[in-house]
Amino acid sequence: MNNPAFDLLMWARGPGFDIALVIFVGGIVLRLFEISILGRKRDLAPAKGNGFLQGLKTIFSRSVPREGLVKFAPVTYIGGYVFHIGFFVAFFFFAPHIALIDDAFGISWPAAGRVIIESVTALTVLALLALTYSRFTDPVRKSLTTFDDYLVLLLSALPLITGYVAVNKLFGDPTMMLAVHLLTVEALMIAFPFTKLMHAVSFVLSRYYNGSIQGRKGAES
Amino acid sequence: MANKPLLPEMMKTHGVSRRAFLKYCASLTSLMALSPAMVPRVAKALESAPRPSVIWLSFQECTGCTESITRSHSPTIEDLIFNSVSLDYHHTLQAASGHAAEAAREQAMKDNYGKYLLVVDGSIPIKDPGYSCIAGISNLDMLKETAAGAAAIVSVGTCAAYGGVGHANPNPTGAVAVSEIITDKPIINVPGCPPIPVVMTGVLAHFLTFGIPELDALGRPKAFFGESIHDRCYRRPFYDKGKFAESFDDEGARGGWCLYKLGCKGPTTHSACATVKWNNGVSFPIEAGHPCLGCTEPDFWDNGGFYKPLSVPSGDYRKMGLAAIVGGAAIGTASALLSKAGKAKAVKAHETVNAHDLEKSS
Repeated sequence: MNNPAFDLLMWARGPGFDIALVIFVGGIVLRLFEISILGRKRDLAPAKGNGFLQGLKTIFSRSVPREGLVKFAPVTYIGGYVFHIGFFVAFFFFAPHIALIDDAFGISWPAAGRVIIESVTALTVLALLALTYSRFTDPVRKSLTTFDDYLVLLLSALPLITGYVAVNKLFGDPTMMLAVHLLTVEALMIAFPFTKLMHAVSFVLSRYYNGSIQGRKGAES
Repeated sequence: MANKPLLPEMMKTHGVSRRAFLKYCASLTSLMALSPAMVPRVAKALESAPRPSVIWLSFQECTGCTESITRSHSPTIEDLIFNSVSLDYHHTLQAASGHAAEAAREQAMKDNYGKYLLVVDGSIPIKDPGYSCIAGISNLDMLKETAAGAAAIVSVGTCAAYGGVGHANPNPTGAVAVSEIITDKPIINVPGCPPIPVVMTGVLAHFLTFGIPELDALGRPKAFFGESIHDRCYRRPFYDKGKFAESFDDEGARGGWCLYKLGCKGPTTHSACATVKWNNGVSFPIEAGHPCLGCTEPDFWDNGGFYKPLSVPSGDYRKMGLAAIVGGAAIGTASALLSKAGKAKAVKAHETVNAHDLEKSS
């Protein structure tokens, strides 16, 4: 007699994860190599500023909103911050995730308690809902939104929701929900290199390029 | 064996008071998740229960299940419950051997046809029946023959219930569970490697008093297998606080912290270990400092390693990751170089035109 939930969990922990990992890692490396090798056209004009330093600075300075913009687009900024920080905390400070990182890289750090993880997860999902809502209601944002954006929003929300449901046993068989959680993460991993999710890695390159091009021309970031 | 005394007489000879018996009935009733109002009914049913004939078949097994059940401290009432059934055939426990033993089984089947309870421990090899035989009869034939006249079947232990270690990858004997062969009889699965003695007796008591208990999707009595180890674990507060033992000999292990990172399968395992416990309520594996293996679940041998946390992939994913890095780098480089070559070619192919040429062509 088999337990379909257990079999699905074992598939998700075994072949499912291997497939997702190959596409995830292979895809990211592929795109990074492409971006770096293609590079930028050489600027032959004499430099008016330090492009390298301005590039590095821009990687960080772009994380701070410009004056007045928070007031101008509060949902985007506040929702965006809550989502990004929340996703980071839920991913990197939940013990089972740390166990995975420990197994893969041999490094680990203290885990956060259940109250922190669960509150952060709930807040993160709420932030995602607010961001999605603003995409629907704001005519400008709506016209800019493509299928890719909605897909990315859904793929980011599902692991958070299924993880919360699996840990709290809100509904469904807990083993099945754990399997579903892993499968949603694997879907996110597979989509990662080929959608806007790639920004989680490529933001470093694009910000550096922007900062260094402008910095070389004398513009401070 | 047919002339065994009834339970009240046996209690008297073993010095068990009626008060102790009723206390046992009350705990059994609560264990079976029945209303307290049922206690007198349980007591009456146990006292007057006709002693059903029980035939116990042991197939591909390690005798651990029998060892577990006989370890209930004597003379406990669980023991007496066991004695109150007429155990007409059990390899390990019966005195008879050889033809006499088989004759006892055939006699019990004949005398109680359609009424006896069949208990099975161990898996059944179907790849080649010769892998496991008793008195020249293959396990498969014996099970089919004996199950035909059974009122119900209790699959004791994970091997009989789900195939267990015999069924584990690569399953050389083609071992299967009882439920894969017998489909026309009620089957109660009592998995565990081995199962808890009191769960065994509880299931038998339920069968004697109220018939087949309510079962979950995996054929297990809900009363004993309804909750996960994780939800009932006394170390759960450490999991919630994020405090984990990282090795078997660190501060966390000594402090009794959560064993999740050492591979505990408590979150996906359903059993009464954390509440009923073992050895007369002394402790259970996690209390002894060892992570739960998940032995009451199908295919627990193939769950990716007993000491691997549930959240860690079960395969050799590092090799795959390294291959992906090399492959990704190669394809990325090739793709970028191809684009560059295409760009250079396009630049080279550019015709130089001036305003006059354009005017001419238009």
